[in-house]
Amino acid sequence: MNNTRNRHGVTRRGLLKGATAMGAAGLILPASYRAARAEPQQGGTFRIGLGHGNSTDSYDPGLIDNLYSQVFAAARHNQLIEVDADGQLIPEIAESWESDDGQTWVFRIRQGVTFHSGKDVTVEDVLASLNHHRGEDATSAIKQFFDPVTDISIDGQNIVVTLEAPNGDFAYLMSDYHIAIMPSIDGRIDPTSSDGCGPYVVESFEPGVEATLNRFPDYWKPDRGHFDRVEILAILDSAARLNALMTGQVDLIDQIDPATISMLEAQGAANILSIPGNAHYVFPMDSREAPFNDNNVRLALKYAIDRQQMVDTILGGHGAVSNDNPIGPANRYFYADMEAKTFDPDRARHYLRKADMESLTVNLHVADAAFAGAVDAGALYAETAAQSGITINLVREPNDGYWDNVWMQKPFVASYWGGRAVEDHMFTTGYAAGAAWNDSFWEHDRFNELLVKARSEVDEDLRREMYQEMQRIVSFEGAVVIPMYNNYVMATATNVATPDQVSANWNLDGFRCVERWWFA
Amino acid sequence: MHAVLIMILQRLALGLLTLFVVSVVIFGATELLPGDLASTLLGQAATPETVAALRRQLGLDQPAPVRYWAWLTGVLQGDFGTSLATRRPIADMLAARLGNTIFLALYAAALAVPLALILGILAALWRNSLFDRVANAGALSAISFPEFFIAYILIYLLAQSGYFPSMVRLSPAMSLGDKLYASFLPALTLTLVVTAHMMRMTRAAIINLLASPYIEMARLKGVSPLRIVLRHALPNALAPIINVIAINLAYLITGVVVVEVVFVYPGLGQLMVDSVSKRDIAVVQAIALIFASAYVLLNLTADVLSTLTNPRLMRRK
Repeated sequence: MNNTRNRHGVTRRGLLKGATAMGAAGLILPASYRAARAEPQQGGTFRIGLGHGNSTDSYDPGLIDNLYSQVFAAARHNQLIEVDADGQLIPEIAESWESDDGQTWVFRIRQGVTFHSGKDVTVEDVLASLNHHRGEDATSAIKQFFDPVTDISIDGQNIVVTLEAPNGDFAYLMSDYHIAIMPSIDGRIDPTSSDGCGPYVVESFEPGVEATLNRFPDYWKPDRGHFDRVEILAILDSAARLNALMTGQVDLIDQIDPATISMLEAQGAANILSIPGNAHYVFPMDSREAPFNDNNVRLALKYAIDRQQMVDTILGGHGAVSNDNPIGPANRYFYADMEAKTFDPDRARHYLRKADMESLTVNLHVADAAFAGAVDAGALYAETAAQSGITINLVREPNDGYWDNVWMQKPFVASYWGGRAVEDHMFTTGYAAGAAWNDSFWEHDRFNELLVKARSEVDEDLRREMYQEMQRIVSFEGAVVIPMYNNYVMATATNVATPDQVSANWNLDGFRCVERWWFA
Repeated sequence: MHAVLIMILQRLALGLLTLFVVSVVIFGATELLPGDLASTLLGQAATPETVAALRRQLGLDQPAPVRYWAWLTGVLQGDFGTSLATRRPIADMLAARLGNTIFLALYAAALAVPLALILGILAALWRNSLFDRVANAGALSAISFPEFFIAYILIYLLAQSGYFPSMVRLSPAMSLGDKLYASFLPALTLTLVVTAHMMRMTRAAIINLLASPYIEMARLKGVSPLRIVLRHALPNALAPIINVIAINLAYLITGVVVVEVVFVYPGLGQLMVDSVSKRDIAVVQAIALIFASAYVLLNLTADVLSTLTNPRLMRRK
């Protein structure tokens, strides 16, 4: 044996070592080849210029309402649950969660996490953070998420949430960006405090101008938060934003005017990220009022719009056609094979005749507050609809006060949705009977019945079937024209690196570019 | 001197009355705007219950006169209150921005006033010459372009080539030199916008006087043209020039929101626009008072200075 071993110079241990080395070489080579992209590096000051941010922004997580506050919140806070780049739920402050019946949800709270102030994150803090959005006096934008919640209690290291009816997607709702975990003071969080347990500590905040943050040295995630410092600037003017990026004063900007994208690409001074998501632009009609109470009229309007042209001209190609479907391609149960509605003037006339009409005249109320390019989109719609004998009078409304005086006040308007990670969330907020933002005032018995049933259905296939039927109903019987999904378009300096997969759930990598990106 | 003091006191009292009227008008106008802070803060997310809860917390469910009275008594005691939206003391919010606005206004004025005076005097001196025409045409074209257009042209010429930053970021730690460098482009834009008015007034006021007999006399006794303008014409032309400068200074403080937006300059204008669109009345009121005070004080200063430059007015009684 000894001889054999010596002659060949091979031992079992040696063989294993060699195999490991070979294997490691195999693994390392392609990895080092892609190192610039795949290996996050620590350091640098990440300067973000956003086309949002008001002098009236505050620290209150319940009032977060624009991209600036969303990114700023993602930099200083953690949530119970994170939505990862693939749209899956992954643990954050809740290290696990479960529910046997969909009615009682148990969230196990992670230990060993500290706030910037040095205090440990406890179950009481989580309870107070949740209760901030709940109850009579709550002023949170997501108060209605907590309407079905009958009780939230503490059980050891667990938070137990009891619902009045089962909801299989409740954990998804808890991933909402408003639910920031903040320290509890006598059972309540202080909404004027910047303290959180996120990757960066606030150094200064001047609302509507800039926020500066430094890396939190005790951040619990080892592989996140790569920048030493983050500066978030509000740059409302789109030309100023573009200039700031091109002259190297910022490293990332959002909301690129489609007209300037090709110029930026040609210059090669910036990387364009165009992320398809669930966000979409809509034209809701008041389904209670004539002529929109007749589904034939609604269908005529849906066939009278040239969706592809909308995507090409309004979005500059950075988006996709939608089939009047508020559920987007990034959703789990997206109905991709649904019969497509193409631009078809004859078909539109056909539905008009079915509604006993030769021609139709409607007013469409638009303002760019609804979405960037809404006025142009309305003009385009009027142009194409004319070919079907439909006259759309474009009524330009002021941006100021649009959401108060036009949206859900006038019978046919322009609006937008950020899209939702969960089908139920989208439908419950915008399409369920009596929902606060059901902006088409639409009621459909079968749809509402399915909506409740699907929530508690555990069989995946049945669930998919139900959600697809709901998408069909909304598309063909709903009162909202949804021509397109708009991509999230952003531009970065060439030295900014992103993971291979950038989240389609919300803008700027699910607001978490500050946590997930790095300088190559 | 006594007469001037009395005038100052009278005008200050009138100014206070003006401020009161302004605050009532602004309050009323903001009330007329559709929506209130609660609904605009929540935006698309505003459900009736949430809006009602926010209104209760902010005290917006009180009738308008009650809210105005509460605000007025606060201000009279020197308390501008807290911003309804951010819950920060308004005095803190305004301090930094007011400082920035005044800095930019003074910076632009320091460039524009000497420039306008020199150009105006030279244009009067060499009137109808090529210089006069070029200076007039240049100044008038600069004032005729919209501000943002001038701003973009300057960015194109001076920022994209890397000479000056296109975006102004000020921090208290910066040295004066850095601040002047950082805000050069907005100051230059404003200079181009306000120079024409002051220059044309200087030129017109001086030319007007050059036709008068005492100038004729000076010319006949052989005084040099430059000395005639500086020593004999300018002192008598100062009153209208000072008034125009005061109006332009007030404009530099109150009317530069477009320039602020283009250069991302954190001044009062943007704060005012944001606060109006969010219906944050307390902040709107405070800024309106600052703007109104700027007009009142600058006009007062202009009147005092014109009086001082005119011995006839000084010895009226």
